[in-house]
Amino acid sequence: MAKKKVPEINGSSMADIAFIALIFFLMVTTMDKEEGISRLLPPIPPEDQKVENQEVNRRNIIQVKINSNDRLLAGSQPMDVSQLKDKIKEFMTNPYDDPNLPEKEIKDIPGLGPVPVTKGVISLQNDRGTTYQAYITVQNELIKAVNELRDDFSMKTYGKKYSKLDEERQEIVRQAVPQRISEAEPKDVKKK
Amino acid sequence: MAKFIKENKGELPQMNTSSLPDIVFIILMFFMVCTSMRQTETKVRVRTPQASEIAKLERKDLASYIYIGTPSQQYQKEYGTDSRIQLNDVICKDNSDLSSIRDFIAAEREKMSEADRPFMQVNIKADQDTRMGIITDVKQELRRCSALKIMYGARKGGIQK
Repeated sequence: MAKKKVPEINGSSMADIAFIALIFFLMVTTMDKEEGISRLLPPIPPEDQKVENQEVNRRNIIQVKINSNDRLLAGSQPMDVSQLKDKIKEFMTNPYDDPNLPEKEIKDIPGLGPVPVTKGVISLQNDRGTTYQAYITVQNELIKAVNELRDDFSMKTYGKKYSKLDEERQEIVRQAVPQRISEAEPKDVKKK
Repeated sequence: MAKFIKENKGELPQMNTSSLPDIVFIILMFFMVCTSMRQTETKVRVRTPQASEIAKLERKDLASYIYIGTPSQQYQKEYGTDSRIQLNDVICKDNSDLSSIRDFIAAEREKMSEADRPFMQVNIKADQDTRMGIITDVKQELRRCSALKIMYGARKGGIQK
């Protein structure tokens, strides 16, 4: 009984087939990374809710405004975007207990103990004519300021950077250095 | 010494190409893993603004996209050159009529599984030269639909002034 030989499959076209599949994938897929700045919008207050007079102490609020020419106003003085971060950091830390800067509250954080936590709130307001880039740049600076403060805090307490901490400690740092950026209800400053 | 006399005279041996399919398959695998299917065709031109403090989108399947920008060349005849909102594959007819956003969000919610719905994230991809007016309108509408988790699409880069 002679064994019948199975003819071998010619594999020379395999490369071509693979190339076609490769080109197909190159065409229909994208490689762009999804990145951006995450934010949480405030919920719309129900209509029947009476307007509570949320009297926040004036010293606890910093107003950041961007006008239609992308000019920036922080506190009550016009400034460049590059100065904003330091201004915010000074506002949030209030190193010399200036009576014009936000007060601090001793808060007992579980797992760490009492820590002075600022009561400062950043209020961001923009015009309808502001460009998106300017808006994002300012948002970015605000987040950067808070992130640097968090880094400082975790360096002081744990000797590590914020991003290197574990989940639990990150939560503690988040409580100690809150990121309170409120976006004011849009005012129709200049409707087109 | 006859042993060492070369048999082929000047002719180059054929290259062995039997591993070529394997190489191509590896490249193919790389692309399959690293890329994602294109879902919508963007009809508006979007150059996302630059920022440095950006975070990565954690779960792509939870994100819905709203594109805002000027219509690209072939749609300019129909929609003009003003900033427009694009949902799925259509450019919104009227910028002031935002009810389509409501429908869009409702439809996107419907698509997700019940457990995932609270984590839905709306990714706003707007062009860097867009005016904030239109984005504010979109944001207000999103608040009304209680789609509160949003992400401003941005790309890594230095702060330009």
